[in-house]
Amino acid sequence: MEIAQKTLLAKTSRLPAFGPFDVLFALILAAGAAYALHAFGEYMDIYERAILVCTVPAAAAFGWYWKPMRVFLLACAAVALIAVGLYQGQLVRADEVFLLKYFVSSQTAIMWMSATVFLSTAAYWLGMLARSTFFERSGTVLAWIAAGAGFTGMLVRWYESYLIGTDVGHIPVSNLYEVFVLFTVLTTLMYLFYESRYATRRMGAFVMLVISAAVGFLLWYSFSRDAHEIQPLIPALQSYWMKIHVPANFIGYGAFAMSAMVGAAYLLASKGILTSRLPSLQVLDDVMYRAISIGFAFFTIATILGALWAAEAWGTYWQWDPKETWALIVWLNYATWLHMRLTKGLRGAVLAWWALIGLLVTTFAFLGVNMYLSGLHSYGSL
Amino acid sequence: MKNPAPARRPRSQAASSLYELLSSMRFAIALLTVLAIASVIGTLLQQNQPFNNYLNQFGPFWFPMFQMLGLYNVYSTGWFLAILAFLLLSTGLCIVRHARPMLHDMRAFRETARETSLRAFHLCAEGRTSLDAETAAARTRAYLAANGFRTRENPRDGDLLLAAKQGSWSRAGYFLAHGAIILICVGGLLDGNLPLKLRMALGNKQVLHGEVSDVSQVPPTSRLGEGNATFRGNVFIPEGKSASVAVLNVDDGMLLQDLPFIVSLDKFHVDFYPTGQPKRFASDVIITDRDSGKSFRHTIEVNKPLTYRGVTLYQASFEDGGSRLRLAVHSLVPGEAQEEGGRHADHGDHASVPESRLVEAVVNEALPLAYDGQQYTAEFTDFRPFNVETVGQQASTATGLARLQQHLGSGAKSRSERTMKNVGPSFTYRLRDASGQAREYINYMVPTEQDGRWYALAGMRESPDQPFRFLRIPTDEAGTVDAWFALRNALLDPKLRAEVARRYARGAQQRESLRPDSAQRLEETAQRTLQLFSEQGFDSLGGFIEKTVPQADRENVASALLKVMEGTTWEAWMLARERAGEKPVEPTAQRIQFVRDSLASVSDSMHYGSPVYLQLVSFEQVQATVLQATRSPGKPLVYLGSLLLVMGVFAMLYVRERRLFVLLKADGRILMALSTNRQGLDAGEQFARHRDALMNHLDATAAQRDEPQ
Repeated sequence: MEIAQKTLLAKTSRLPAFGPFDVLFALILAAGAAYALHAFGEYMDIYERAILVCTVPAAAAFGWYWKPMRVFLLACAAVALIAVGLYQGQLVRADEVFLLKYFVSSQTAIMWMSATVFLSTAAYWLGMLARSTFFERSGTVLAWIAAGAGFTGMLVRWYESYLIGTDVGHIPVSNLYEVFVLFTVLTTLMYLFYESRYATRRMGAFVMLVISAAVGFLLWYSFSRDAHEIQPLIPALQSYWMKIHVPANFIGYGAFAMSAMVGAAYLLASKGILTSRLPSLQVLDDVMYRAISIGFAFFTIATILGALWAAEAWGTYWQWDPKETWALIVWLNYATWLHMRLTKGLRGAVLAWWALIGLLVTTFAFLGVNMYLSGLHSYGSL
Repeated sequence: MKNPAPARRPRSQAASSLYELLSSMRFAIALLTVLAIASVIGTLLQQNQPFNNYLNQFGPFWFPMFQMLGLYNVYSTGWFLAILAFLLLSTGLCIVRHARPMLHDMRAFRETARETSLRAFHLCAEGRTSLDAETAAARTRAYLAANGFRTRENPRDGDLLLAAKQGSWSRAGYFLAHGAIILICVGGLLDGNLPLKLRMALGNKQVLHGEVSDVSQVPPTSRLGEGNATFRGNVFIPEGKSASVAVLNVDDGMLLQDLPFIVSLDKFHVDFYPTGQPKRFASDVIITDRDSGKSFRHTIEVNKPLTYRGVTLYQASFEDGGSRLRLAVHSLVPGEAQEEGGRHADHGDHASVPESRLVEAVVNEALPLAYDGQQYTAEFTDFRPFNVETVGQQASTATGLARLQQHLGSGAKSRSERTMKNVGPSFTYRLRDASGQAREYINYMVPTEQDGRWYALAGMRESPDQPFRFLRIPTDEAGTVDAWFALRNALLDPKLRAEVARRYARGAQQRESLRPDSAQRLEETAQRTLQLFSEQGFDSLGGFIEKTVPQADRENVASALLKVMEGTTWEAWMLARERAGEKPVEPTAQRIQFVRDSLASVSDSMHYGSPVYLQLVSFEQVQATVLQATRSPGKPLVYLGSLLLVMGVFAMLYVRERRLFVLLKADGRILMALSTNRQGLDAGEQFARHRDALMNHLDATAAQRDEPQ
């Protein structure tokens, strides 16, 4: 008996503890989902209800695994709910109510996200170059604000789309503008996760660079093309698959982008540039591997989900459409990368270069295909 | 391998090294690279287009070369399939090669490991316990079990080695993922067009070229039976019609696939958002089983296919299914047709168009027309009941902060003014002359407003890759094109234009009290000008000026001629009214504008390239749906493979195999060592945790603990 007890106490687990706040968090999530099912269930099909229900354990587990997520999700939900309350069901109030116009309406929130991404990048660079803990910490705080503003903006945008018309409303992951916001939010969160796991803020300068580039594109796209305007969904996109296919894909893209930037940091550090200001080569190598692993796993899922959706919308799960083919090329690229590392035991500069060049392939699959090649998957066209 | 199987047949050196090569990692990686590059080719060149497009694109020299390489359908060429086959082979052999050692590894605990080899581990630590051997072993056992390790013990010489491990599933991930690739490839090959190609090679199937007018006349060599297990084809059904075959496009020709049921289209629906974007495509169909004769109704929509008797029907596209169009034929040949009287009435009252000028046309059918002594065929290709177009887009002019301000707020509002407008029904047709040359036309049913004036739009292009150029016919006060045609006729018909010139000169004489000989000269000038104009419009006049007038005077002459043209056009209109029994009208600004527009339009009409203008009077729309019919037996394999692939990838990347060895020596010393298949940064941390916990658990003195670094 005594031994058994002591054994239980002695159990060393990598998993974090499940505390009262985790329980509370799970309950809030469940209550939110229950309310949504009750109030809007009749507008959703069975799959959408299933996705909603599955989101609860997934988000609860993620919050349990990575504690800051709980505060993050609750805060974003709370701000989004404030925005919904302020709207009172009228879109024009976005221009009339101060708080909406300057803080929580979707476009404004996305502008805040853009601004804080730039500020965060600058802070990380200052922190790294000046070896200033204050600036590094500021970088982290700003990155959190950016992710929060972006995620809130997406939630509010979702609501706004329903204010245009119930037949127009849809989750904001349907065109290039919306997925760029998604990319920014996901990549920032992913970076923050690794920052806390490896207890170093010194990769921020590099990773936030690629996020800044994405935001730069987003702003250009919005200001010069009015891309931010919510558009109704064409028939092919009206499917529950969109809710899972697109986010899964962007976890992949975000992770690949991050691995490329860490790869760049690795290459510089290994050449003696910024070496003392960057984490050890071992850490960079490990983060790069982790990012590619998670990216590859989700990209696999996303491509399969895409195939399942294609089977339903276009009549076949694979037809060598340019987007599909380039997804395969990206997949093959990282599959080879992983083989080289895991089976061949390759390490170091070659893999870092490979991850960096991989970003070009990924970017072409993400953007280039939409810009230069014509095919079925042209929703994200410029 | 430590123990090569003795029963293995002796293989030749060459076979053995071939096996080594095919199952090797470098071969697999080379294949992945080649596959990626080959796939890129297919995305750079648009696949499966009609061969003529490629011929136009590459010219007669490169076209057959690229065709030979299969660049127009890369993904079904022999060489591409060969790459896939090699990938299958390589993956398969890789599995075969690794199966035995891996399975062995999954089962093995390595409890025979020697102390010296444990000491050589990267992660290794030592301690000493005062507990008796029994208790120490029991506690270690309990600790390992509680931490999810499976353990095998090996007592030797009074020592005890506990070989524990967890995460052996990581190895299973390898089998799952690589086996999944094979499943997916095999499933994909079943659903691709390889089976069809094989049947064509073996079964004397021949593709059809050109249009098929009667499905029942198609010979069995070009038909595939109901029993065909895998196909993908299109089913075209107009409203109120039925179909029981799907058309398979093969090698720039086609084959017919019999379906086990009859699909009848009751109604096709297209809904639009207010912005003009399509919102819903849906076909209300009735499916009748060919065997049982039973039928049922169903609505097939995009993203909502129907599966019946193993065949899945998808909403793929839609077309016009043979709309019936009632057209008024307006001749553009001067002196013809317009002679018929009894013209015109209120706007929209087309019943007054004389019967002789009305024709009935059906979309997707051809209509013979004889004009100006020539034979023409009008091939009607499309009809659209409405066209929503962006008629004006005003970009924002704000700058700086004001610009930013515009981008705040909801995502619903537009920062630029965009006006969408439904410009009404339109139809398209090709007009083919006796020599086979065709031009394409698009005509809109209702007049369109531009700058406060109204025009009937008639578009023309000489080839499909050009944009339409539009003839804008100004409509008269009744909203019809009749005045313009009458005016045009009076302006271009040799007999009438003589009268027009005379009246023009007489009018000028009265207004400006010219001498009779000046009036005579003016009439001659007007005659000449009109004659020139009737050849090629303003182009002829311009050419005439360039040829005969010195540079310095050209502008003066041009404006004088323009004045003559405008004056005569007015007279032509009045003459036309008189001939139709209508009273002359007073010139107002609006009417003068009408005359100017008419003149420009008459000049443009010289390049219209058709002897007639077809005006849509009324229509009866018939839509057709295009369904895709597929039978894909490989789908379950591919889906199973996909599931296994995801499981395998996660198992390989996230399940970590760990082996923890605890050697309890008879003298109370403890030796711990950890090995893992993925030497990540956290392995050391993990080991430290186990070490501290277990040592603590065994009340071990922190004697000599090696800190491996």
